[in-house]
Amino acid sequence: MPMSGEFKEKILAPLMSISTGKDLKFVGKSILRKEGIDKVTGRARYVDDVKTPGALYGKTLRSSIACGRIKKISFAPNIPWDQFTIVDARDVPYNRVLQIESDQPVLCDGVVLHREEPILLIAHEDPGLVETAIRSITVEYEREPGIFNIGEGRILKQYDIEEGDWKKEFAAAEVVFEGEYKTGAQEHVYIETNGFIACWEDECLTVHGSMQCPYYVHKALKYAFKLQDDQINVVQMTTGGGFGGKEDFPSVLAIHAALLAKKSGRTVRLIYDRAEDMASSTKRHPSISKVRTACTKDGILRAIDFSFHIDGGAYITLSPVVLSRGIVHAFGPYKWPAAKLHAQCFFTNSPPYGAFRGFGAPQSLFAIEAHMTALANHLGMDPAELRRRNFIHRGDTMPTGQVVDEDPNMEALLDRALELSDYKTKRARWKRGGGKGISLSTFMHGTGFTGSGEVYLASRVGIATTKDGGAEVRVSSTEIGQGTETVFPQIAAEALGIDISKVSFRRPETKVVPNSGPTVASRTCSVVGKLVERAAGKLKQRLAGADIRQHYAQHGEAYEEVEYVPRPGLVWDDDKYKGSAYGAYSWCVNVAEVTVDPVTAMPRVDTLTATVDVGTIINPVLAHGQMEGGIAQGIGWATCENVVLKEGLMENHHLTNYVIPTSADAARIVVEFMPSPYSEGAFGSKGVGELPMDGPGPAIVSALNDAMEAKFTHLPLLPEEMLK
Amino acid sequence: MKQTISFTLNGNSVTVESHPMQPLLYALREDADAPGTKYGCGEGECGACTVILNDELVMSCLVPVVQAEGARVETIEGLANADELHAVQQAFLESGGAQCGICTPGMIMAGVHHLRHPERAPGGVPEALEGNLCRCTGYTRIFTAMKRAKEILSAGGTGS
Ligand code: FES
Ligand code: FES
Repeated sequence: MPMSGEFKEKILAPLMSISTGKDLKFVGKSILRKEGIDKVTGRARYVDDVKTPGALYGKTLRSSIACGRIKKISFAPNIPWDQFTIVDARDVPYNRVLQIESDQPVLCDGVVLHREEPILLIAHEDPGLVETAIRSITVEYEREPGIFNIGEGRILKQYDIEEGDWKKEFAAAEVVFEGEYKTGAQEHVYIETNGFIACWEDECLTVHGSMQCPYYVHKALKYAFKLQDDQINVVQMTTGGGFGGKEDFPSVLAIHAALLAKKSGRTVRLIYDRAEDMASSTKRHPSISKVRTACTKDGILRAIDFSFHIDGGAYITLSPVVLSRGIVHAFGPYKWPAAKLHAQCFFTNSPPYGAFRGFGAPQSLFAIEAHMTALANHLGMDPAELRRRNFIHRGDTMPTGQVVDEDPNMEALLDRALELSDYKTKRARWKRGGGKGISLSTFMHGTGFTGSGEVYLASRVGIATTKDGGAEVRVSSTEIGQGTETVFPQIAAEALGIDISKVSFRRPETKVVPNSGPTVASRTCSVVGKLVERAAGKLKQRLAGADIRQHYAQHGEAYEEVEYVPRPGLVWDDDKYKGSAYGAYSWCVNVAEVTVDPVTAMPRVDTLTATVDVGTIINPVLAHGQMEGGIAQGIGWATCENVVLKEGLMENHHLTNYVIPTSADAARIVVEFMPSPYSEGAFGSKGVGELPMDGPGPAIVSALNDAMEAKFTHLPLLPEEMLK
Repeated sequence: MKQTISFTLNGNSVTVESHPMQPLLYALREDADAPGTKYGCGEGECGACTVILNDELVMSCLVPVVQAEGARVETIEGLANADELHAVQQAFLESGGAQCGICTPGMIMAGVHHLRHPERAPGGVPEALEGNLCRCTGYTRIFTAMKRAKEILSAGGTGS
């Protein structure tokens, strides 16, 4: 039942501008999601919805051991193997997946380093036969002992940062307090599993898939197949959630699908079922942090000694940058006269850990925030008061050496969060151990890539005039649910001075759109959005007031492209790992209210209040959506999402035994924005995507400690542990 | 092995050639050309595949297509009419109830069913939608959307 474009216009037109902003026409307004009608009518096309008559169905044979060598692969005689396409390591032109490094093989070449490592690919027209066939292949191994604990294996990456005379501060301190904090792995559970469709035509490869970063996939395909840029087109389909899970992992899948397509000469669908997706895909890095702090009796912080250890899994993937983002957030939004920050990521025989919303910062911020509350209890102070005495301000220096050149306004955020949650009354009323608890966390999250990352990326953004008198935004930044497809047109319409209904968003495909960098690191709206603003401004200048329709009729498409320009004064030293880690930070306070069932010890997060500074809000409904969704993921990570690891593998890789929050246990989430605009972000915006993931964990665990009169220092905190 | 199975899909009669035990989900997506209903787990845990079968809410990944023989099946594709969205669709659009959209078809079907039979979920919307996972929204805006849908309906909007 195809619905016409007219249908869309009719429905969207009267609703487009539900006004919430003031001076600007489109920025600050809850413009309806541009692709919203497609999504609510079931017309949106995800990769698995693409029809491919005559295509083959692919499947991956994976290792059943965590570490060792492949001795022999045997194919049972009852299967007509000649009807199948079978691909192994020898079929890969260059058997490496290019991410930051290229240590990971596309397919095992004799050596196995983790369970579920891909060994062989097979494909056939009949998906049922593929299932039978894959079970008819036996692999014999020579097992070797694996390494499964943080700290036991080789070091994957290390950073050390020092500021001030921390030794002296500790030696002279009135109070030294220390603790150890642990966080578990977390599975993304995007509701759409990973998938790609690949086909070759005259030495040119096209892949359609679910992904966050089309140019990461492009780069990896180019490397593995030794191709030229223009031999590859990566097309993003509507993507059913990412959260980092579709940042690095899709590159592997795209290469696999392309290998099968190449060997068979047919179109190949490689779409994972849930169990395969959960078992083989990346997860959030588990972490162990040791935090030691020096302070005065009045709780004035003097020094921090933070040691941050994470499990990287069997290959490097994105772990170095996860570790980096973790350590440059480890000190929280506080002023420290001296600091020693030490970070190490270790290899293990787990499937590689990868990007997950927050990218290391939720782990380190859990540690510092749980520690701050524990320290307050140790000092006999209110945890809100301890934080208030130590907040960082404009002009202060962070342990990275970055001088804060914006107003964090943490006091204002804190006051408002305490007021909204009625913190004081509840804290006084709810006795420790009485089954109810209220606690908080205060934190920040950097906007964009860390350090010189944005400079290396050198992102480009294009905008073109269209025949109907409008404009089209061309970027590789993807819509993955967060609202890119709507927010960028808002920014462009505002900068161009034309109506929002006239600005469209080109669905990313690498043949058409410039490389605006990956859709990660809370960078899309703020950093890439600023480039959209600049490109639109440039186009406006070129048009010099001409009517776009007429201009197009006379001159054809007018296209402008801009490139990222580093912010002046922003200096980062990659060797010393010091300098301005981020151009701006988003700031936030969370208050968690919990109840623990006296019989089952079942924890419930009743309310989670967040006061938030993410700069200018481009689209209030979408920004609220980001905050609420991220907070819910944080609640899940703290209370129920337990990745059970066996030989490094997620053993509970089904939705029957990995539990994420449902509507029945949804917390009441209260979000209030208190924006202080950032001059270098699109219309003053800062990063929003990852921030909400950082705060719920420590606030909830601290509130549960109050409710249970306990001293837990890890998450997830499961009912069975609290019963003990 | 294959069998001819006929049912009504969104008011139109359809006939599919299918293995009787094949889940209805695949019959809809692949044989009946209605890919709006989504796969999320195949195990009855996520609700992405939710459809209405003879006025009952079912997870189509768990229902053998043979059970649909002669039945009335309603999916996301059948809700909007030529120029108007169903109240629940409209409300999801306005309130931000859909983000990545993959849970949305199933979620909306569960929402529609709840508005038809509110008595079946004494705990209200959170209970009615409990079988439908959403990883993007934290459910807040889905709850808002359900409230809004009721308003649209009581103001005479489309939806039944
Ligand atoms: S696909 Fe049917 S419940 Fe998940
Ligand atoms: S909107 Fe993405 S899972 Fe619900």
